[in-house]
Amino acid sequence: MKNNITIVVLGIASAVAVGCASMSHNDEAALGAKALELMKASFHEQGQAKLDRLDQDEVQKVCSEYNGDRKIPKDVADRLEKAELATIKYPADGKYVGDWKNGERIAQSGVGMQFTDTAGAATGGNCYACHELTKAELAFGTIGPSLYNFGKTRGYTPEVQKYAFGKVYNSEAFSACSNMPRFGHKGILSEQQIKDVVALLMDPSSPVNK
Amino acid sequence: MSRINRTVIAALLATAGVALAQQPRSAVEEIERYRAALGDGNPAELWEARGEALWKEKRGPKNASLEQCDLGLGPGVVKGAYTVLPKYFKDTDRVEDLESRLVSCMVSLQGFSPEQAKKDPFGGPGKKVPMDALVAYITSESRGMKMNVQTTHPKEVEAYEVGRKIFYFRGGPHDFACATCHGADNQRIRLQDLPNLRKTSDAQKAYASWPAYRVSQGEVRSFQWRLYDCFRQQRFPELTFVSPASIALTTFLAKNSNGGTLEAPSIKR
Repeated sequence: MKNNITIVVLGIASAVAVGCASMSHNDEAALGAKALELMKASFHEQGQAKLDRLDQDEVQKVCSEYNGDRKIPKDVADRLEKAELATIKYPADGKYVGDWKNGERIAQSGVGMQFTDTAGAATGGNCYACHELTKAELAFGTIGPSLYNFGKTRGYTPEVQKYAFGKVYNSEAFSACSNMPRFGHKGILSEQQIKDVVALLMDPSSPVNK
Repeated sequence: MSRINRTVIAALLATAGVALAQQPRSAVEEIERYRAALGDGNPAELWEARGEALWKEKRGPKNASLEQCDLGLGPGVVKGAYTVLPKYFKDTDRVEDLESRLVSCMVSLQGFSPEQAKKDPFGGPGKKVPMDALVAYITSESRGMKMNVQTTHPKEVEAYEVGRKIFYFRGGPHDFACATCHGADNQRIRLQDLPNLRKTSDAQKAYASWPAYRVSQGEVRSFQWRLYDCFRQQRFPELTFVSPASIALTTFLAKNSNGGTLEAPSIKR
């Protein structure tokens, strides 16, 4: 690592000399390695949150590089989406829609996977943190788009049901470097919980579609 | 902070919350006015007073005060020191933020072991810690002054650049980075407005409002605490107090706030 650090410093020095805008790919990669090394030394395990949470998979690695004004190139996005699409495990029974009332509870709850949370306890999806869903819940966030009338506008078809299930399961399969967590792929929500969230979006009697 | 005051504040916040739900923008302005009204009686003053006494008190194995601590503008200079932090220090040969610099001075001047100096980073119910008080006092001595963090030493340049990488680092079960919530304009989590820390005006306003007295917690919270609790919500492991990554990220955020006027210790919900 000693060598890498020297490279980083030299890289930074040259970048500063010619203006930071020209920070090269190699410099960025060396900085990334340095950042990871520092992070590994700067966090400690607590409760269920182990240090392996800093080990990035391909999506995390690539999306950390493309940020801010650096938009992800189309070929890279296509590659990621294809790989992530292959991870989606659709329900064996072919049913995508569960109970919207339970889906509403999952959408309201932000519990789970923090080092202060009890390991193994039921987790939430925290959908309202980022999305508008029903007109009854006014405390919604705006990081994601409004999902009000999701089923009503798209149609209550099996295709849209399947899309909704896949999107909640692994959002990166449909929009590379989306901010949305991969709830199924990362084991945040169970298959049944995802079905319930899909019901919140797709059941004609759900308040989302009223 | 009396119990009655807290109840009044809680009631005000609840009212503000209802108003916010109905009229997002104007209610945010109402909260700003409410904060301004509270500003005159910010309980952080109690921490500031305690911190000033602690700064001058002879403590530790060497029975010495912190008054000769160099916070970046020379030994003993407190006024304005927070505006130049984090910064490279020759004696420790590394970049330090306010909290890590205080730890260094508690070790070098007062004779505490590093472990002792870092033992109680944050206060909690029934537990008031020296670090919070010292941070409140020292930052209050920069109130009204403009942030002015420099990256001239190579280690300062490196801290800033590494901090930038950490800001965009996605990880954990939820794929969250700092930038997930703080990388775009006019976004909220639930009803909480999120500053876009990539944008100078937002970065100035956000950074310059820490440390802060948190009404909901009854504590003064330092910038180290702010990062610690953000990473908890990011589902990362626990951030170690005054760790290198925390200082690098602080360098990135502090420098991006240059030109902003420090309002801290402020008061927040």
